[in-house]
Amino acid sequence: MRSWFKKLGGNRLGFGSLLKVSMVSLAAALALFIGYQPASGQGPSVKAPVNTYKAPRTKDGKPNLNGIWQAMNTANWDLEAHAAGQSMDPKDGAMFAIPPGLSVVVGGSIPYLPAALEKKKQNFANRLKLDPENKCYMGGIPRAHYMGHPFQIIQGGKDMMFVYQYAGAVRTINMGKPIEAPADSWMGQSNGHWEGETLVIDVTSQVEDSWFDRAGDFHSDKLHVVERYTPRSADTLWYEARIEDPKTFSQPWTIRMPLYRHVEENAQILEFKCVEFAEELLYGHLRKPAGAPSVPAQTKGGPGAAKGKGK
Amino acid sequence: MNKQVLHSFLNLGVALAVAAAPAFAQSKYKAPRTPDGVPDIEGVYSNSSNVPLERANNLGAKEFYTPAELTAQAKAAAVPREKAATQVGTVADIHYDVSQFGLGKTVTDAMVNTRTSLIVGPTGKVPPMIAAATKRQQAARALTAGHEMDGPENRGIAERCFYWGGEGPPMMPQGYNSNLQIAQGPGYVAIQQEMIHDVRIIPTDNRAHLDPSIRQWFGNSVGHWEGETLVVDTTNFNDQPALGRGASRDLHVVERFTRTGPETVLYQFTVSDPQTWETSWSGEYPMGKIKGQVYEYACQEGNYGMANILSGARADEKKAAQK
Repeated sequence: MRSWFKKLGGNRLGFGSLLKVSMVSLAAALALFIGYQPASGQGPSVKAPVNTYKAPRTKDGKPNLNGIWQAMNTANWDLEAHAAGQSMDPKDGAMFAIPPGLSVVVGGSIPYLPAALEKKKQNFANRLKLDPENKCYMGGIPRAHYMGHPFQIIQGGKDMMFVYQYAGAVRTINMGKPIEAPADSWMGQSNGHWEGETLVIDVTSQVEDSWFDRAGDFHSDKLHVVERYTPRSADTLWYEARIEDPKTFSQPWTIRMPLYRHVEENAQILEFKCVEFAEELLYGHLRKPAGAPSVPAQTKGGPGAAKGKGK
Repeated sequence: MNKQVLHSFLNLGVALAVAAAPAFAQSKYKAPRTPDGVPDIEGVYSNSSNVPLERANNLGAKEFYTPAELTAQAKAAAVPREKAATQVGTVADIHYDVSQFGLGKTVTDAMVNTRTSLIVGPTGKVPPMIAAATKRQQAARALTAGHEMDGPENRGIAERCFYWGGEGPPMMPQGYNSNLQIAQGPGYVAIQQEMIHDVRIIPTDNRAHLDPSIRQWFGNSVGHWEGETLVVDTTNFNDQPALGRGASRDLHVVERFTRTGPETVLYQFTVSDPQTWETSWSGEYPMGKIKGQVYEYACQEGNYGMANILSGARADEKKAAQK
């Protein structure tokens, strides 16, 4: 508890004068004052930030997270520490080589169960075919935040909308009474609330098919993610996601990274539907072989369907 | 019959009596404001509708049904549809049960529309295409004619999960999942359509459109507020705007969103494209607030159909070659 307190910068508060207060209410007071609660198991890789920044408010008094945000790291290549690497096809040269990066995992590594670690290795070996990103599938949470594309937070007075450029993914953050997911989905069910300066989002009911990165890091249908968004300056946020999945990991673990605001004039989310970029990968082997006769159209959508709005 | 649908039909007469004001009349309703002081149009809406885009020929210049006509029509339509939907062995039974899946077109009484077509005006039709546009459309069709099964590029845009036909802009009522969610933040309005989880983020500072070199499936939307109304201007389409109907990359769409009551938004649109039509054309319909949330329609992620269609075609070719 004490080391936890010190990491939060507790020394600066004058510890002696606070000793009379019970430790429980001390923790609560700190959470309110600093607006930031670190996850357990923090390691040397990503230090728990000391955060005393107070964000500008929306008209209704909440920290204002409106903006276009993007991670600036190589987490999508591998959440864990990784050296530079050859591109998947050596013919691609240096342009598509893998950039090196530090771990964004608190503690450095992901606590896989033995069987799950084997599956991760298999995923990595077959990533070109298996990684949902390559098929233009929605990223899921937390991956959608560090895929090399920006996302925009629309924060009005009620529910919030997060819109991701990659694959045009979107999710609504319910800020009212928590809602149980009506069905599993790629972007999950998001229930949010404020803890001081921090937006906390509880994400459940994600399908088991999304991955965490291109290194094959994955999860099961038991995934439960708790995200924390904490403003750390006018143009940066701390992003943290606590990942819990007893079928895949021996204990919960946390990733943490800053998100940066797009400050350039006219910054905006552009269209990256990306299905058209994945068709060769997905269906190339099912194309009509060159020279073979075409099967005549049998569906009502037939001629012209490609240019129309066939359903 | 689903009780909600029945209830909706029975109340039709009452609702019509209340909502019979001409649709083009200026709405007197003053919407509540967002924390930022603009009209609050946030919410989850249905834009489902029984009204066809174009008016049936036999109706001539008749722009509106009378309440009595509409009530009779709705009652007559409901019975065979429900019967077909629950009759074992019919297509309707195998596909979707109208009541079970909540596919009743008029989701709330507030959305009752007396129009005979979504397109306003005496003709109620999309204007005739200019000759060059017809040629362009025929040439595009000729490219894939007889080769519909060759590869994914020759299949329909919706089948490929690029977009659903009615997404627009302009947004058209869908066959199912005709739902959308509007979210507002300072200086922005975001519109998410359930089909296919596509979002337009509209800045309301009336900024310039994107550079003309950037072309997008849904174009580029910019907006501003005119009193109670959000006006959205969209250009920068690629060669296949979701409107379809032969529209070109020069398509220009202006949409207007106006709250007309606690539960309703009047949606109006004007379409112009000198490469396709000699004149512009306009339409309108009411959207009604619904309970619940927009679901995630993961089209690409669940697209088993494309692989099955293509592998089926390859199997057919093999069989044909063996004969």
